[in-house]
Amino acid sequence: MKINVPHVAKLANLPLKPEEERKFEKQLSEILNYFEKLKEVDTKNVETTSQVTGLENVTREDKAINSLTQEEALSNTKSQHNGFFKVKAILED
Amino acid sequence: MIYKTVIGLEVHVELKTKSKMFCGCSADYFGKKPNAHTCPVCLGLPGALPVPNKTAIDWCIMIGLALNCKIANFSKFDRKNYFYPDLPKGYQISQYDQPFCQKGVIALSNGKKIGITRVHMEEDTAKLTHQGDDSLIDFNRSGVPLVEIVTEPDFETAKEVVEYLKKLQQIVRYLGVSNADMEEGNMRLEPNISLRELKTQNSKLKSELPNYKVEVKNINSFRFVEKAIEYEIKRQTEILNVGKTPVQETRGWNEDKQKTVSQRIKEEANDYRYFPEPDIPPIRLSEFQISNFKSQMPELPDLKLVRFTKNYGLPRYDAEILTREKELSNYFEEAVRAGKTFEVNAKQITNVIINKKIDIENIMPAELIKCIVISKKINILDNKKLSEIINKVINENPKAVNDYKTGKVQAIGFLLGKAKQHFPKGDANQIKIALEMKLK
Ligand SMILES: [Zn+2]
Repeated sequence: MKINVPHVAKLANLPLKPEEERKFEKQLSEILNYFEKLKEVDTKNVETTSQVTGLENVTREDKAINSLTQEEALSNTKSQHNGFFKVKAILED
Repeated sequence: MIYKTVIGLEVHVELKTKSKMFCGCSADYFGKKPNAHTCPVCLGLPGALPVPNKTAIDWCIMIGLALNCKIANFSKFDRKNYFYPDLPKGYQISQYDQPFCQKGVIALSNGKKIGITRVHMEEDTAKLTHQGDDSLIDFNRSGVPLVEIVTEPDFETAKEVVEYLKKLQQIVRYLGVSNADMEEGNMRLEPNISLRELKTQNSKLKSELPNYKVEVKNINSFRFVEKAIEYEIKRQTEILNVGKTPVQETRGWNEDKQKTVSQRIKEEANDYRYFPEPDIPPIRLSEFQISNFKSQMPELPDLKLVRFTKNYGLPRYDAEILTREKELSNYFEEAVRAGKTFEVNAKQITNVIINKKIDIENIMPAELIKCIVISKKINILDNKKLSEIINKVINENPKAVNDYKTGKVQAIGFLLGKAKQHFPKGDANQIKIALEMKLK
């Protein structure tokens, strides 16, 4: 199976060098091939699910509780300004 | 060449719940100190577990019901993946293929029906402020509940779009689930606009949709949506007229330039790679629960309008004004109840409310009725009668008149008292003014 590695890398926000792209293409193909094996399982009578816990309707009441303080929220960032997280400018018109 | 405009709408409504969608942080972020309403969940820290807000889900379902949607018996959340600094997890929790509500419909005043594709629940992003070479992030808004309402491409004019939007705003306000204030950003609109060619005026429409669409963002008023749509129709017509196809893209409305401008594309080809949110178990609703929601729905503006015209015999125009806001419609009905004892009828109340622009926050309905009763009495004592009585009082009390005219202004109190004996329920102010006029 052919994989567009630069596209996948871009979606994953990963900068890759050309040699890395070649390396990952091979690895990703192998993984996909391995998953092909799953097709051998007969799933005709198995219901599709995305959950394995069997839980349903887990919700919370609409109550506001204490949040982190601004200092705590920002405590792990190296880059801040006046109580905001700071990142390099996002281009927008 | 003749074209038919095809417009669909995506509207985001921010719910006014107390807490956020998936954590207990306060959802009231407007004007608050930055990054003071955050926790590991809404900061997207590793290992945090999102738990959905029950009220937000209930309100999403109520919006769906108000738009005549089918409510799903089984629903789930999904992850929508993209990278942007306003999205700390690298994905937004949203709903993809099993939203809470689908296939609704809403009618415009011309009878045209607008299809509602879906109403789903998701979370808001953080707020970005651009400052020189930096972007500043405030996560107070991150995770605030958002309901997205998507229509079919059924609109043909900007007017229809605006009518629908006003209706939607009115509905969510009636439901009491959002302030739906456009300027504060609790209601955000994204129309997608394209043009379909008509072969000749009389031939049948080509049934397929155009092979492109232009989405317009950054619209924060009903006026801008109208202008943005008009602008796009003109721009796209010009492109089509020279035999080209407009580029499928996202554009932003620029109020200064009075036009839409192309926006950089966030992510190539909208490749969001949705997949089911593994941290949140699905939501199952029984028919009993759904019918419970239906029975708890408040009376919505359309039905209230019909009831007002029928029950109170009001013209449609009046009923429309009275039902525009829930508070005013409640005020009116309370005044009608209070008016019954004093033989003040619905039409009289309507006239006063509409023509006098009554301040309903400061004048209680019962007070309003009192004012109407008084003004009715004064009207009965017409000016001719009032004038007669005042002449009589002046003639019978020459001393007081003389006192007044020679500067003892307080003497008017005596004369007023005499005149008032003839109009025990009359408006003293009106009598006083008439008296002063005569004494000039
Ligand atoms: Zn939080």
